[in-house]
Amino acid sequence: MTTFNISVRQFGVHAILIEWPNRVEESILDEILQFIQFLKKNHLDDKEWEFVPAYNSLTLICKDTVLDFDYLKPKIKDWYAKKGKIDPATRYLWRLPVCYDLKFGLDLEEISEKLSMSVEKITELHSLNIYTVYGIGFLPGFMYLGGVPEALEVPRKATPRPRVLMGSVGLAGKQTGIYPQDSPGGWNIIGKCPVPMFDVKKENPCFVKVGDKIQFYPISMAEYQLHKIESEVGIYNIEKIVLDA
Amino acid sequence: MLNIIKSGFFTTVQDYGRFGYRDKGVPVAGAMDSFTVSKLNTLLENDENSAVLEITMTGPTLEFEQDTYIVLGGAEMSVTLNEKPINNYKVYKVKSGDVLTYGKLLKGFRGYLGIKDGFNTAVVLGSRSFFRPITEQDSIKKLSSLPYTKCKLFNPKISELKVASVLDKSQLEVYKGPEYELLTDKQLSQIFYKEFSVANENNRMAYQLKEAIEGNAISMLTSATLPGTIQLTPAGKLIILMKDGQTTGGYPRILQLSDMAMSILAQKRSGDLVSFKLK
Repeated sequence: MTTFNISVRQFGVHAILIEWPNRVEESILDEILQFIQFLKKNHLDDKEWEFVPAYNSLTLICKDTVLDFDYLKPKIKDWYAKKGKIDPATRYLWRLPVCYDLKFGLDLEEISEKLSMSVEKITELHSLNIYTVYGIGFLPGFMYLGGVPEALEVPRKATPRPRVLMGSVGLAGKQTGIYPQDSPGGWNIIGKCPVPMFDVKKENPCFVKVGDKIQFYPISMAEYQLHKIESEVGIYNIEKIVLDA
Repeated sequence: MLNIIKSGFFTTVQDYGRFGYRDKGVPVAGAMDSFTVSKLNTLLENDENSAVLEITMTGPTLEFEQDTYIVLGGAEMSVTLNEKPINNYKVYKVKSGDVLTYGKLLKGFRGYLGIKDGFNTAVVLGSRSFFRPITEQDSIKKLSSLPYTKCKLFNPKISELKVASVLDKSQLEVYKGPEYELLTDKQLSQIFYKEFSVANENNRMAYQLKEAIEGNAISMLTSATLPGTIQLTPAGKLIILMKDGQTTGGYPRILQLSDMAMSILAQKRSGDLVSFKLK
């Protein structure tokens, strides 16, 4: 079962960093998500603790308490050894619409030249793939997605844009993702998604969680406008499929 | 209501911070100098999470609509209540129509205005702390107003406090960060036997230090960062994440500031000197 060695390290006085082998791997992410469920269920109250997973690490943060690391380190190792197989929280595949129109895909023509690949082929490859959410950070609701096909790997822009618009879909190196708000950014912009990735008015402000999967599907400009309005008035239903069912 | 006649350079509402949303990428926010804010809320016998005004560099001019009690603290600024000078860490009664005017910044960088029972601005995701786009505003605006609850009578147990100021300190206590072990002897000696000056790039998100140490080409997978995390960039610059800092990062986290060091640093501005001491 458990085949990974974990390291447990102190991270200031309020946090503990747990690390798995330094690889981007689904099986590692699964272990982290299972461990979070196990800890929440059996040992660490999620009203007091925050659990921040990303790629091969899990950071446990306790806001008020100064942690007794010498006590907790062996405990955590012991809990992990005893965890066994546990179901992670229900995971979803979210299907998100993207308009790859050149009006939104500001860098499509440039990367088409760089990759010697037609714009159509780029958008087809980008939307065929299924991506895994390995982390959320940088901005509220910003997903670190893994699984970009090698053929689409293209360096980030030499000069970042001072302002990338909210909803813009970017591509850079092994990563792709959506800018959840207007922000400076150096990724190549290939399209725009009309569904907001972060909404403070919702009890759960970000529908996606680490471990979920994302697939993009192409839509026309007219569909973009329609979904944008539907999202704004709160009647757009994001297509989701339960994984691990 | 507290009417904003002048907003000052960058004045925000802050409480203890926004907890529970870091796995969604939401920074904690909250008062930069939490040491000072806890003193103000203690004097006012407030809940420790009561919201205060954080006043950066140049202060506002404010008019009170209802009676209440206030305490100032943090940076030393020349402040008058109805044109009479008032001091830090002392409880003052204010009446409807009173005007609080901030003048010159004398020492430190961030002043705080605590009010009896705290400001009642909107709670978003569990906190009143301003942080755009979580909250609509990034700072208070001229001619707007901030809600608070009227308080006619309050007999403070302690009306004045002698506070060991964080303003005179420049040594920052640090813990080893997760990637500390990757530092070379040369880098360690550069970090601990040198003073650094605060660069112009400093705000609620991060403080960058001007002097570089030897760079580092360590590549790591993106992982969690905390307020007070010191990151080392490939060019050898030290970036200290503050309360509005991002929740994840890809640079080595070499050191972690203590809570008190966060408050000390929050009172520094461009050009001020700091040094590090391992705890």
